[in-house]
Amino acid sequence: MTSDARQIVFDNVSKFYGEVLGVNKVSFSLEPGITSLVGPNGSGKTTLMNLLTGLIKPSQGRIYVLGLTPQQPIEFFRQVGYCTQFDSFPPGTNGYDFIYWPLRLHGFGSDQAAKLTNEALERAGMAQVAGRKVAGYSKGMRQRIRLAQAIAHHPSVLVLDEPLNGLDPMARAESIALFEAIAKQGMHVIISSHILEEVDRISDRVVLMSSGYVVAEGQIREVRREVRDHPMQILVRCSNASELAAAAFQLDHVVEAKILNDGHGVLVRTRDADQFYLLLNKIVSSGLVEVDTVAPADDDVNSLYQYLIGSDGGPV
Amino acid sequence: MSALTLAARTRQWSREQPWQLFAAQISVLVRNEVRRNLFTRRRIWIYLLALVPVLMILTHTIIDRNNIRTAQIEEDTQVLAGIVQLYYFRLGIFFACMGIFTWLFRGEMVERTLHYQFLVPVRREILVIGKFLAGAVIAIALFEAAILACFYLMYARFGAAGKSYVFDGPGLGQLWAYLLVTALACLGYGAVFLALSLLFKNPIIPGVVIMGWEAIAPIFPAWAQRLSITFYLKPLCPVSLPISGPLAIFTIVAEPVAPILAVLGLLTLSIAILVLCCFLIHRMEITYTAE
Repeated sequence: MTSDARQIVFDNVSKFYGEVLGVNKVSFSLEPGITSLVGPNGSGKTTLMNLLTGLIKPSQGRIYVLGLTPQQPIEFFRQVGYCTQFDSFPPGTNGYDFIYWPLRLHGFGSDQAAKLTNEALERAGMAQVAGRKVAGYSKGMRQRIRLAQAIAHHPSVLVLDEPLNGLDPMARAESIALFEAIAKQGMHVIISSHILEEVDRISDRVVLMSSGYVVAEGQIREVRREVRDHPMQILVRCSNASELAAAAFQLDHVVEAKILNDGHGVLVRTRDADQFYLLLNKIVSSGLVEVDTVAPADDDVNSLYQYLIGSDGGPV
Repeated sequence: MSALTLAARTRQWSREQPWQLFAAQISVLVRNEVRRNLFTRRRIWIYLLALVPVLMILTHTIIDRNNIRTAQIEEDTQVLAGIVQLYYFRLGIFFACMGIFTWLFRGEMVERTLHYQFLVPVRREILVIGKFLAGAVIAIALFEAAILACFYLMYARFGAAGKSYVFDGPGLGQLWAYLLVTALACLGYGAVFLALSLLFKNPIIPGVVIMGWEAIAPIFPAWAQRLSITFYLKPLCPVSLPISGPLAIFTIVAEPVAPILAVLGLLTLSIAILVLCCFLIHRMEITYTAE
């Protein structure tokens, strides 16, 4: 696997803590956009993020971020911002200093660092409380001030470990909007989260992890298609549901066709969704059935999780 | 590779380094570390280590204020030499450096804040240098101030005779020597404890071993003595202590070296230990759960 100046590349990366497996033989490459790392606690998400940012070193394999490695810290950390899950801060620091002094370490002069600090505080919605000690912040505020620090130097790669933890719904929505805005500028945003619905909605692609292994990776729909051995659920809201169910049962790839309780639709489980859609078209054009809506019922991360890992990936 | 090629490559490497950025980063690191380590209640015990002799001399000055004889100056010079050589170099500076320098990295691991230092565009070698200099600034400022205070209290009470001893006699030279040796002690012990904090999760026990080594080093061969900090400090002390018996091991200069060699030797040893620290910091990973 070669490194590309726009990609994030994991090349056969393994990490062992003594005899304990962190991640094993991870290989993938990511294009700019929002990528979600999804998996239950202990699946290796944080390990993967720590490896990516050089906080820990791989036992084997190589990692490139935009063609750089953490062994070139000056170039690397100008491109990368990491909002970790560690809820700890330098003692006695206030919100402003927490962002300002790392910017000075980037080499920014005092005026430029102050400008970037104020901008980051504004973007994270923390400008009003920047003068207060971080120790007095709520959990949500601590989360946002870490986010502000991670984005302050305008990185090309933003790595966020459970960034929505502890945020109220308003702050959560604002943060998601911020991630989307950053991704639209052509940057990488890598998010780990156990709030699958939000991840599902904002992600361009997903990396599903379990017990240190990447079990699936790609766009959510692509990943779903790869799981051909598991039937896909399609919900059809229609009139004359029994006709549709009977026709569907004629097909080999249809495993189940269940009429909904209200009688106005059918839940079909099929191993070949494309073939089923062809059948549906025929039935509709014959006039036997009038279709209101057709939608995949399990085309989200949560369902993928149930298929691939046997867990719903929900909060632990 | 010929020496010329090596020199050319070194020059090329030197030209490519962002020295201005390094200097700016070191200055920010020193400022942050000094604020974090010097102005905090948790460091009161280090202030006490520095100030105990000052308080003792002050008490002695007050109690003995009506019994001042000019002949006492020589006697008090010996007392001051004992305080500096036996207390400050063996205990005060030693333990203060243990507290200050082991906390620079280990403290950040305990407080779970070291990752912030590893996620900025700062080379880890620069981080080591910045933190070391911050520790040195703190230790040197504290102990030089304490030694200045001891010196002032010791001779000021003698009035004109004390002033004459300091400015017309050997006093001022002794003061400069003490300040130089204090600074060197802080640098030497500082480098040792910084390395211990990167080598061991709990550097206290290795620190005690180092203390034992510093005490018994004079009975070892000359080459081994060169691996102790006090080997370089003792020849620089301006006043020799007339101690006999087992305690003489703390003051005896078994292998005398010229002062300039002692200074250069200690600086070389400190730099060598700092180079080791730079290798160690590259191996360091953020695994707070293992702490």
